[in-house]
Amino acid sequence: MTAEIAAVNQETPRVRTLELAARGWPGHRAGQHLDLRLTAEDGYQAQRSYSIASAPGEPLALTVERLDDGEVSPYLVDEAREGDRLEVRGPIGGYFVWDGDEPQPSLLIAGGSGVVPLMAMSRHHAQIESRAPMRLVVSSRTLADVIYREELNRLTAKGDGFEVVHTLTREQPPGWTGYTRRIDPELLSEVAFPAAEAPRVYVCGSTRFVDAAADGLIEAGYEPGWIRTERFGATGS
Amino acid sequence: MVFSRGFRGKRRTGPSDRVPPGQYLTDDFPVLSAGPTPHTPLEEWTFSIQGGAEPVSWTWDELRALPSEEPTVDIHCVTRWSKLDTTWEGVSVDTLLDAVEHDSAYAVAFCDGGYTTNLPLEDLTGGKAWVAYRYGGDELDPEHGGPARLLVPHLYFWKSAKWVRGLSLRDEDEPGFWESNGYHLRGDPWLEQRYWGD
Repeated sequence: MTAEIAAVNQETPRVRTLELAARGWPGHRAGQHLDLRLTAEDGYQAQRSYSIASAPGEPLALTVERLDDGEVSPYLVDEAREGDRLEVRGPIGGYFVWDGDEPQPSLLIAGGSGVVPLMAMSRHHAQIESRAPMRLVVSSRTLADVIYREELNRLTAKGDGFEVVHTLTREQPPGWTGYTRRIDPELLSEVAFPAAEAPRVYVCGSTRFVDAAADGLIEAGYEPGWIRTERFGATGS
Repeated sequence: MVFSRGFRGKRRTGPSDRVPPGQYLTDDFPVLSAGPTPHTPLEEWTFSIQGGAEPVSWTWDELRALPSEEPTVDIHCVTRWSKLDTTWEGVSVDTLLDAVEHDSAYAVAFCDGGYTTNLPLEDLTGGKAWVAYRYGGDELDPEHGGPARLLVPHLYFWKSAKWVRGLSLRDEDEPGFWESNGYHLRGDPWLEQRYWGD
């Protein structure tokens, strides 16, 4: 279906959120993605999948990171503007989703722009006024690379069981009190819910990031079946 | 047609007789998995075929002792990347099914980590599918499905189940993991059978 870019918001120097007006969009679940199709003037088309950032029922929003040798993401981050049109199809995916109807705690672990589908879950948690514990661990290179930083602070301040843990792996501002290194088993053992609580886990990021997080949690006694992963599959998108 | 103002694209589309519609070419080998990477020790590993007259299984050494083939094939992921001329080594599924007496028409491949995918036997036989354990001249990496994965290159690559441990023969086509989560029952890239309803 046709979608029009209704608003753009620069999140970080490399990341932008596009709010889409898509008449007839059937709605989505937190964590799902959609297929997006761009058509050039001569009819050439390119299609990619993007995670949906907005909570169910909110205006459809995508958050896209520019991959410098990519085909679609540089256009979406640098060129596209309000009023431009593209095509979307979806929502897609029924596994990497959080509906908020489970009582156990949820641990969300994001590497870089892997935070996008997890943000949809975090927003959904606030929107449905869930009291189930939810902890979002975000690994970013520098403070300036943290996507949704202000909003995450606001969500944490609500005191409804949602918490954020940041780690900055490359550079930290003076006085930084968060973590300062890549995800490792020791860090995970400090931030993860006890295995006895049988948490639901959602991990999204690069393959290396996802494997490090999943392996570390299994080392901490988590069952592999609790851990749902989504990896940046396609490069150059 | 809906045109996107200012979009040109890089047009890494490749020859149209080798790259299915809606796909682009990549030289990388991206990884997609729904869960953690399993690490089953080879001494505990078996490949089994269930649902025939008698269950049949092979240990790792027995599988590696079977006659192998070295297919060079193009692969197509539903996330839209295609990769040409990938080289593999493995045992043809024909060779494995020859050891089983059955009259089934479908199979569900099952894997370490709980992943499943369904296939008609027509798509697994006739020299079109392998249990592959080497890729690009090396042992298959765990992140790409090692020690062994199914290789069914004429279907979208989610059918080429990583960490495969066997086939369960069935009379009916029963949806596997992604097929129960919005993806097409068969997944022919040339027909763009990506999602339910395609």
